[in-house]
Amino acid sequence: MSTEFNVTETLDVKGASCPMPVVKTKSTIDDLGEGDILEVLATDAGSMSDIDGWTAGTQGVELVEQEEGKDVYKHYVRKTE
Amino acid sequence: MSTDTPDAPADDTPSRAELAARVDELEESLAEATAQDDEKKMSIIATKGTLDMAYPPLILASTAAAFGYDVTVFHTFWGLDILHKERSKNLKLSSVGNPNMPVPNAIAALPGMDRVTTKMMERRIDDNDTATIEELLETSLDMGVEFQACQMTIDLMDYDEEEFYDGVTTGVGAATALQDMVDADIQLLV
Repeated sequence: MSTEFNVTETLDVKGASCPMPVVKTKSTIDDLGEGDILEVLATDAGSMSDIDGWTAGTQGVELVEQEEGKDVYKHYVRKTE
Repeated sequence: MSTDTPDAPADDTPSRAELAARVDELEESLAEATAQDDEKKMSIIATKGTLDMAYPPLILASTAAAFGYDVTVFHTFWGLDILHKERSKNLKLSSVGNPNMPVPNAIAALPGMDRVTTKMMERRIDDNDTATIEELLETSLDMGVEFQACQMTIDLMDYDEEEFYDGVTTGVGAATALQDMVDADIQLLV
C-alpha cells in the first residue's frame, strides 16, 4: 500500500450496511487517541459518501483518504482531539 | 456642516465603570449562549410499528448519535412495539395499501398474506446483512440515545413496563416530547 501515514487500527465492516459502517467507525474511534488513524474496510457502496459526510459533520475527526478498491472501500480517518 | 459635537459627554452618559460592567455582562451571556449551541440535539417522534417504518427512526437516531447529537426518540402508539422486547422481533409488513409492493391489494388482503410479505422482507434483510431492529436498538442504546415510551399509549395498549428493553424511559408524556423538540436542532415525526 502506498499510504504515507501509519494506520493505528483496522476496522472490518465488510458485509455491514447502512448505518453500521458509520456507527461502528464512531464507536471504534472513541477508543483511539489523538492523532491515531483508523482504517475502515467496507463493502457498502454508500460508505464512500457516508464516511465523508460523517467526518465533515463531526468534531474531532478528519478524513485522511478514501480508496475505492475492486471489492472493498477503504477509508482512513484521523482522530484530531 | 453641523456644528453638533456628538462625542461630547452629555449628562446621562454612562461612566467608564458602568460600560465595563455592561461589557462583562454581555460577554458572559454570549459565552452562555455559545456553550448551549455546541450541544447538538435531535428529537424524533416514532409512531409506526411496521417492519419498514421501524427502520428510519433507528437508523437516524444511531447515525445522529455518531455525529455527536444528543438524541431522544419518543415512541407512541404502534411505535411502542419497536421498544417492546418480544414484539420488536415480530414486526410485520403488509402489502395492503402499499402500491409499491408486488402483490395486488385483493390478494394482499387474504388471511396469512402479511406473514408471507413479512417473511419475504426478512429474507431480504438477512441476505443483505441489513441490521435487525433489535441490533439497531441495542446499538443506539449503547451510543446513549434516549428511548422514551409514551405513558398514555403504554396504558392504552395495556403493556407492562417490564416488557420494554432495559434502558427505555417510561412515565413520560407529550409535554416531555414537546420540550425535547423545543430544544432540538432537528425534529422529526416518523
